[in-house]
Amino acid sequence: MCGIVGLFLKDKALEPQLGALLSEMLVTMTERGPDSAGIAIYGAPVAGRAKITVQSAEPERVFPGLEAALAEASDGSASVAVKSTHAVITLDAARLAPVRAALAAMGGIKVTGTGEAVEIFKEVGLPGDVIARFDIPAMAGSHGIGHTRMATESAVTTMGAHPFSTGADQCLVHNGSLSNHNGLRRMLRRKGMSFETENDTEVAAAYLTAEMAGGKNLGQALEGALEDLDGFYTFVVGTRSGFGVLRDPIACKPAVMAETGRYVAFGSEYRALSGLPGIDTARVWEPEPATVYFWEH
Amino acid sequence: MPVIDLATTPLRALNQALHDAAAPGHNDTAFEVLNPRGAHAVAVGIAAPVSVDVKGSVGYYCGGMNEQARITVHGSAGPGVAENMMSGTVVIKGDASQYAGATGRGGLLVIEGNAASRCGISMKGINIVVHGNIGHMSAFMAQSGTLVVLGDAGEALGDSLYEARLFVRGAVKSLGADCIAKEMRPEHLAVLAGLLAEAGITDVKPQEFTRYGSARRLYNFDIDNADAY
Repeated sequence: MCGIVGLFLKDKALEPQLGALLSEMLVTMTERGPDSAGIAIYGAPVAGRAKITVQSAEPERVFPGLEAALAEASDGSASVAVKSTHAVITLDAARLAPVRAALAAMGGIKVTGTGEAVEIFKEVGLPGDVIARFDIPAMAGSHGIGHTRMATESAVTTMGAHPFSTGADQCLVHNGSLSNHNGLRRMLRRKGMSFETENDTEVAAAYLTAEMAGGKNLGQALEGALEDLDGFYTFVVGTRSGFGVLRDPIACKPAVMAETGRYVAFGSEYRALSGLPGIDTARVWEPEPATVYFWEH
Repeated sequence: MPVIDLATTPLRALNQALHDAAAPGHNDTAFEVLNPRGAHAVAVGIAAPVSVDVKGSVGYYCGGMNEQARITVHGSAGPGVAENMMSGTVVIKGDASQYAGATGRGGLLVIEGNAASRCGISMKGINIVVHGNIGHMSAFMAQSGTLVVLGDAGEALGDSLYEARLFVRGAVKSLGADCIAKEMRPEHLAVLAGLLAEAGITDVKPQEFTRYGSARRLYNFDIDNADAY
């Protein structure tokens, strides 16, 4: 099964409530997948600054010395905000590459997402517990996506949880399963993409990243996915300024959307949307199969 | 009239009250359900001639296995609405998600908005009237009963159809294997007129529809048909 949600705000007045709204949406989907959960929140970017969200299985050992350990690579620009098993490193954007290299060399630290706007938190456990652990309801932002997983094709681990992020400020959540991901992964590796897991969804995320790196926008990359990805999928994708939805041509994985003057929302079921402000008068519809939907700020 | 608010009453209590209505000595004939908020399995397994008005949108399998009851959803319905209905009436004022009326054996399902994919899949005697459009793979392996669509049908309508009758007023994107357009004879016009009347539709004429049915080439496996599978 799996449950996926997404919320793209048009009304800036709702931005302080993004984390709270998205959290409530995801918790309603708990029955669709109790294995692990994750949320990506796009906050306001700060000029010249980049963010790296990292995860560690030993946060008490690894995180206290992290800022000092990155001082050289970041030229003293890195600051570390710890949230449970994750930490958000904020740094001078120009130092991103050396800091990522330093993180890779440290061991015991995994990167869940990078970019100017996105922060990604994911862990094994029920959505309500994962959300509380990272205090997601307190987070503000312009858009976000979330996922609760019922694992079918790869291990239940923190890095096997969604969202998957394979490019700066890009992430993806997926309900379904792909059947040609091993071949695609080999092809993408040859193009220089690297993978953290054996998960099919990570391949879909990397595919979109590679297509967008080649000059496509999100909508064009999703059109390509219809040709190149084989299997069952409902995807919700986030980029720095955009939010997209795609269902495979068979469309057996459920999807409901709602739009008002204040937001565009996605849920695996209507239950996920039922607590949103103004839902009773929103336009509610099911996205069509094999049809790309995307919105940009 | 009992009013059951799902914001404060568990779903099982609602369904139990509706099941109890079939027992001797129960005189409630009309129920109202508030705050469904997309809940699954609302008003399933009723076996009494009661009316149930659901004020809002429901999730999976609303009205499943219904016998005799008249269930009206004043909102939209999730997947599998009226699945395996035996008799009675289910009316959806909004849209219905995939596989509406799946495997239904009797009764009438009216969807006043659109229905998504696989509407009437494997229907076995149910009648379904959709005011709007239906999605792809509708009436797949439909065995008996009637599907009436006032709007358009998606891809592969009636694939591997048995003896269900399909009437579509608008365009059909494509027909599935062994489904063909058929001549509309007086007995078909009469069936259609009856169903339109039963669904409360007065501004549409039976002559505006095209009838589709099985070409009856796939009933039994024949090696010469292998290309059609």
